[in-house]
Amino acid sequence: MENEKPAKKRLLWQLFLSTLYISAFTFGGGYVIITFMKRKFVDGLHWISNKEMLDYAALAQSAPGAVAVNAAILVGYDICGFTGMIVAILGTILPPLIILSVISLFYSAFASNLYVALVLKGMQAGVAAVIFDVVLSLGIDAIKEKSILSDAIMIIAFFAACFLNINVIFIILAAAFIGVMKAIIYNKREAKR
Amino acid sequence: MIYLSLFISFIQVGMFSFGGGYAAMPLIQQQVVEVHKWLTMSQFTDLITISAMTPGPIAVNSATFVGIRIAGFWGAVIATFGCILPSCFIVSVLAFIYRKYKNASEFGNVMSCLRPVVVALIASAGISILQTALFSENSVKLSNMDIINGVIFVTALIILRKFKCNPILIMSLCGVAGLCANLLAGAI
Repeated sequence: MENEKPAKKRLLWQLFLSTLYISAFTFGGGYVIITFMKRKFVDGLHWISNKEMLDYAALAQSAPGAVAVNAAILVGYDICGFTGMIVAILGTILPPLIILSVISLFYSAFASNLYVALVLKGMQAGVAAVIFDVVLSLGIDAIKEKSILSDAIMIIAFFAACFLNINVIFIILAAAFIGVMKAIIYNKREAKR
Repeated sequence: MIYLSLFISFIQVGMFSFGGGYAAMPLIQQQVVEVHKWLTMSQFTDLITISAMTPGPIAVNSATFVGIRIAGFWGAVIATFGCILPSCFIVSVLAFIYRKYKNASEFGNVMSCLRPVVVALIASAGISILQTALFSENSVKLSNMDIINGVIFVTALIILRKFKCNPILIMSLCGVAGLCANLLAGAI
């Protein structure tokens, strides 16, 4: 065990630097960070297999929370157990923590400037466009599945959130409940066969 | 206790946002704008704009931004910690379960009912942001509409749908277009 210690230290350091680097340079959120992780940990360092990485991506996306943090937890745990997990989380959250801290210090001075305010106003319209683009892509994919249940859930959830102002958490819990019911019914049908 | 309410708010954001990226947006909006009124809708929209242009997950970015504005550096650290804490627990448990029951259909069934909700919630949050971008606060009337921003929104959406180009580039161009158009309109 004594011999493993320096090796493990180096492994952890490398894991920290890799996650730090990935997090500092990935713009555009969770789906992008997973491609970067694959390039680094699968193709570059050969620490995990391609199939494992895909499984981790699916898990990270289906669990609650930020996809980048979830993926870092899974990869860190795989590579170096609990310590690896902590190190990977730190590497992932430090860059946004530092960058946003700096920006928020400037924000007040920034936002009261007329020119900056005009640029931000225009960018708000841009952000709205980006969000609607994402919604259209996701919505079209969801409708293509041709499941009446999922279409109904989507429409009801939209009305509940947008017009009835129902708490988002209740909407998610209700859908999860329907999902559990669906799983139970599905299992009973399988058992009958 | 501002630290405690920041912590509890962002634990909820971390625990109930599925799907990553913009999926966390409606929850953050609810906690930060509606429940605690830490930011106005216009500041929140600026936050989403800044998050989209800087690296890192929206939830972590928001936790830092809100935390530091409300309670300084430690506020940022505590909010960020709250935001990732549920992930740490849930994802480690999931990883363990996953290795045991890799091919279970129950998991897929529950997820198939959550995915459409995520789409609906993002759409709903998108509408709030569009409202802020097109109308001055709290008055949605056609006569109040910011025509310049309306044109920018429609043009940007068409370009994004047709050419699938980099969203950060589009947003920056929207900012420049907004500045130029407003200065021109002021000059006339």
